[in-house]
Amino acid sequence: MLSNKGVMILFTLLLALMLTIMPMAIKVNAFRPDWVLIVMVYWSMALPNKVNIFTAWIMGFIIDVLLGSVLGVHAAAMAMVVYISAANYQKIRNFSLWQQALIVGVLSALYHLLTFWMEHFLTKVPFLMSYLYPVITSLVVWPWAFLLLRKIRRHFGIK
Amino acid sequence: MEPIFKNEAAPQHRLVLVLFFSVALIFFDHQLGTFDTFRGYLQSVVSPLQYIANTPKQIMTWASDNLMSRRLLIEENQQYKIEELKFKQQLQELTILKQENKRLRTLLTSPVRPNIKKMVAEIISVNNDPYSLQVVINRGTNDGVYEGQPIIDDQGIVGQILHVGTNSSRVLLITDLSHALPVRIQRNGVRLIATGSGRLDRLTHNFVPHSTDIHTGDLLVTSGLGGKFPEDYPVAKVLSVTQDESRPFAHVISEPVAQLDRLRYLLLLWPLKQHSIFSSKPTHKKVSKIVPKGNKKPFKKKSKQGSNNAL
Repeated sequence: MLSNKGVMILFTLLLALMLTIMPMAIKVNAFRPDWVLIVMVYWSMALPNKVNIFTAWIMGFIIDVLLGSVLGVHAAAMAMVVYISAANYQKIRNFSLWQQALIVGVLSALYHLLTFWMEHFLTKVPFLMSYLYPVITSLVVWPWAFLLLRKIRRHFGIK
Repeated sequence: MEPIFKNEAAPQHRLVLVLFFSVALIFFDHQLGTFDTFRGYLQSVVSPLQYIANTPKQIMTWASDNLMSRRLLIEENQQYKIEELKFKQQLQELTILKQENKRLRTLLTSPVRPNIKKMVAEIISVNNDPYSLQVVINRGTNDGVYEGQPIIDDQGIVGQILHVGTNSSRVLLITDLSHALPVRIQRNGVRLIATGSGRLDRLTHNFVPHSTDIHTGDLLVTSGLGGKFPEDYPVAKVLSVTQDESRPFAHVISEPVAQLDRLRYLLLLWPLKQHSIFSSKPTHKKVSKIVPKGNKKPFKKKSKQGSNNAL
């Protein structure tokens, strides 16, 4: 992954991490899209031989460190979600942009439910609907993120 | 050309492996807490990322600070001058009170309250994980920050240090689900535990008997019993007390006095161990130091017995 032009993949992932922890107004904070998840799903779908479950797990681990949650929670959720997208990459590639967005919405919902279940198992947090708000924004952001990432991939010729 | 069939591990096997890793991590981190020092290192590794992610916000605040109108600045200046006058007057009172307190304490032969060390810290990122309420500040082990250190803002107690990196550290807010601190009602000294609710503006109090003298609007201050937080700092104001006799305990909710949703500058405290008049006096320690090592144990036992008799 670190080889020629694979650095761009790392760069997009770092950017996504930065957007994940960037301070935002408290009202819009609950609606923050799952940037890392979107970028991970795109790369695992476009280049399944370069970006795989291990990458996803490491990204999830970094999110755990950045957010201060119990180590392994986001890592496990991210790995499972990327497993689904990586196992079905040939099908997802052939969907239209909005169908893909729906699938990303479902994946994002799964991601948040998985983290909620694990957190609930560990600390008995109550469920709030606001945990699922990022699903809506991730769904809306997907087409633009997809087009941008595809442009990056084609421009730099990442294979 | 890329080979079509690669001799790689199947995704299922990878998933199983990775999930096994995660479960092990969760177990070691949550149940055993073996990663506490390791997390400090991780915190220092990722802190550049946090500093970079914070720059847009800093540029915004810099811009808003520099693009203020003259009229606003003059107004603000006037306001500060008036406040300063008030504070200076209070300071005069405070010095008199401090001296008086010192005198009274020496009369009681209890140790004088020392001045505690403080340091200002700035927030560099607010956690956006909905499950835990934390913020990251720009101080770390380089500044002498340690785990479990109390943190206040200009209103009251904010939280305590969770993980320390070299130049940034993580603060657990008092309203986090996993946080609780001993408090007492300022009016009458009744002790309670303030448990976080997971919501930024709510604290709950469990196991409060129906007969407790507690009302809406009571100020809760730290009792200093846990040994982590210094005594008598404001924590919360009681919002509601529901005394439903069909339940075993009264339902008490309070709101933190520190505005946890608009924190910017915080104050780190280095509280010193306080000796109450009932604990063994520092003079005892000096004596035990002089006594040779062999005699140390019997002496300690004796002093314990003495205190038991006194009680």
